[in-house]
Amino acid sequence: FLVPLFSGREAETTQRGFEHIRRMKSQRMITRRTCSSVTAPRITTHYTIRPRDKDPRWEGVEMERFADQADVVIVGGGPAGLSAAIRLKQLANEHQKELRVCLVEKAPQMGAHTLSGACLEPSALTELFPDWKERGAPLNTPVTEDVFNIFTKNHRIPVPILPGLPMQNHGNYLVRLGNFVRWLGEQAEELGVELYPGYAAAEVLFHEDGSVKGVATNDVGIAKDGSPKDVFERGMELHAKVTLFGEGCHGHLAKQLYKQFNLRENCEPQTYAIGLKELWMIDEKKWKPGRTEHSVGWPLDRHTYGGSFLYHLNEGEPLVALGFVVGLDYTNPYLSPFREFQRWKHHPFVAATLEGGQRIAYGARALNEGGFQSIPKLTFPGGLLIGCSPGFMNVPKIKGTHTAMKSGILAAEAIFPKVTAEEADSETAGLHVPEYAESLKSSWVWKELHSVRNIRPSFHNPLGLYGGMIYTGIFYWILRGKEPWTLKHRGLDAHQLKPAKECTPIEYPKPDGKISFDLLSSVALSGTNHEGDQPPHLTLKDDSVPVARNLAVYDGPEQRFCPAGVYEYVPVETGDGMRLQINAQNCVHCKTCDIKDPSQNINWVVPEGGGGPAYNGM
Amino acid sequence: MSGRVLVGVKRVIDYAVKIRVKPDHSGVVTDGVKHSMNPFCEIAVEEAVKLKEKKLMKEVVVVSCGPQQSQETIRTALAMGADRGIHVEVSGKDYETLGPLQVSKILAALAKKEDAQLIILGKQAIDDDCNQTGQMTAALLDWPQGTFASEVSLEKDGIKVVREIDGGLETIKISTPAVLTADLRLNTPRYATLPNIMKAKKKKIANVKPADLGVDLTSRLEVLRVDEPPQRQAGMKVETVDDLVSKLKDAGKV
Repeated sequence: FLVPLFSGREAETTQRGFEHIRRMKSQRMITRRTCSSVTAPRITTHYTIRPRDKDPRWEGVEMERFADQADVVIVGGGPAGLSAAIRLKQLANEHQKELRVCLVEKAPQMGAHTLSGACLEPSALTELFPDWKERGAPLNTPVTEDVFNIFTKNHRIPVPILPGLPMQNHGNYLVRLGNFVRWLGEQAEELGVELYPGYAAAEVLFHEDGSVKGVATNDVGIAKDGSPKDVFERGMELHAKVTLFGEGCHGHLAKQLYKQFNLRENCEPQTYAIGLKELWMIDEKKWKPGRTEHSVGWPLDRHTYGGSFLYHLNEGEPLVALGFVVGLDYTNPYLSPFREFQRWKHHPFVAATLEGGQRIAYGARALNEGGFQSIPKLTFPGGLLIGCSPGFMNVPKIKGTHTAMKSGILAAEAIFPKVTAEEADSETAGLHVPEYAESLKSSWVWKELHSVRNIRPSFHNPLGLYGGMIYTGIFYWILRGKEPWTLKHRGLDAHQLKPAKECTPIEYPKPDGKISFDLLSSVALSGTNHEGDQPPHLTLKDDSVPVARNLAVYDGPEQRFCPAGVYEYVPVETGDGMRLQINAQNCVHCKTCDIKDPSQNINWVVPEGGGGPAYNGM
Repeated sequence: MSGRVLVGVKRVIDYAVKIRVKPDHSGVVTDGVKHSMNPFCEIAVEEAVKLKEKKLMKEVVVVSCGPQQSQETIRTALAMGADRGIHVEVSGKDYETLGPLQVSKILAALAKKEDAQLIILGKQAIDDDCNQTGQMTAALLDWPQGTFASEVSLEKDGIKVVREIDGGLETIKISTPAVLTADLRLNTPRYATLPNIMKAKKKKIANVKPADLGVDLTSRLEVLRVDEPPQRQAGMKVETVDDLVSKLKDAGKV
């Protein structure tokens, strides 16, 4: 039985050989189980679903973790996390206090997982660094022209951007947010923040009294089948008086914290969109630095929320950043945001800019659309939520960076007196800082989000997009959002999909290889990669649900909404039927699958730190 | 016997990143692109650290030649277990033309200065694929070389090296001091874990200039132009042999 399964090489009788044989054997058994059309194939091997304490392969493995103590630990090195870290160190220097601030970030370098349009409102930056220009902040492209169109298949209807409308961008800058984040990282390091890119926070740690104690970074050296490799090492524990969670849109630790501390009991569920983006080097003759274009309409129908952006950057070369956003409350499971993006580029107005150009980057990320109604409780014993994680995006402005930074600044200002106090003024071991939420509520962030709160939900009316625009015109432009009512969102994005049999498949055009492209060559451009021999980090609570429900009822929408080709339904090797294949290495950490899975069966957890996309100035 | 191992590491563009040629065809775009330690250098560091852990060597010194950012690569090697680092500062135009000849001169000078007993390098860098530095260093020092090593064992009368060659595996024995270059199957490098990165911040990295080592960085090579490989033309499917022959005739191939 053993002989035919192994080649001569594996049949060494060294200790290593036996280990190898044991691993090969379990891999073969997994493959055989996958082939069987009788039992559900085992897809998920991650320890969050298959615990290690009962697993015989983990017997006798050293699970003790090295621990270190900081004053403040920040999870996530995006605009919010870095602003909080910087503000804390500025305050520490001002008051001549010692403060150990540690920031962990899963990307291999600061900015490598950052993706955004982006049109930055410099308000929060100016608060953080009034001298940002002298410091060399990469805000090189002031907006010079603001264009807004409603697209039809072949034409466009220009919409005037009157002063006072949220899409007005005078005074703002077009930035490559990844470069901005990298610059923020440099400022943070100069101020003495300990930055640790390449290390993902994988677990929240708790004191005995239930307050947050800190985080633990990811374990390394676990094989694809969930067993320990020779190079296995436990992650490290970082303990802090207070932990800031700034994981960005739909963070995986935040998801846990919502449940643990019941932070969402008084707010609406968050609603999301997926944003796909490319960078193009265009023909110099077509380059208009500072020009900002937005569109709504084609190729989306009036009941599918979404639109596009196209920004002409001014950094010495004819570079444009363009992208497409699709609201994740779409109902047709045959919709593919990636393919909508690719076909949008063929609109005559857009193709004219891109003709003769070259695509140099691609990426995607989910973004928040819930706004004011979806802000959860922001503080809990031992920690607080900042940035796009709780979600402060101004949806009609399509800007969330300035509010994220402001939330980081306010968090730092609220916790500083508490972490530097001689006596800990807290009932729990982990500090509770409700002052942060209070200061946020009396800040411009709250006013801003309150004034635009009804624009996104106004989209849900019989006229769809046009109804939303009419509502915006009347209630925002004229009345500045002062209407006394607050519209509700539709509910969880995952529950909006209609069964496949009630919907029509969409005929997407084939990519032409010049303006539009196929998925896999796009994913290659994101530079994404993960250590191959690790458990897939797209974990399923129940391995049988994808085929039994997602495929059966919704025709496997994950094949279409994943912008990286992670999910594929392939025929089983023997017998009839399909199975879900998870190409975890392709993942670009956008979080769309965790959001849109109609069965809410997919739980995205963080893979080994350092993996994921390698965005450069996205 | 000093018991000192010198390990060379190179900071290269990460292997999963899509390379882009600069618009002026002078090279590839490196600004802001994700870099990491050359995979073969990781294997070299791992082998050196293993020798130290087996008490066959006493100290692991890691060297990198390059700009300021090379220090991050040295820091990773320190986190894997190296004892101290040497950063040979080369930047700007000098860095663009830095190649195996200059690096091997630097390594040879350092080997003498540090009284190294063993030099372990990766077999080649994944950006230039030269596969020359180890061999040149050995020649400059007049030391024996064990290249493409997939197995290394230190014995009383020398080093036994199993080399991966085209025909299979070749086992040689060389005397010390010697230069080894690591091939893929030599070992599986350990992860640089966070506690070790934190400890590595306290380990020393010395700054050295090539001039201090008496090395002239002038390159004997001039890169004229860098181009992307030609686009692969789409193939054509044919139904019959006659079809194939007629298509070949049309294309002037027969």
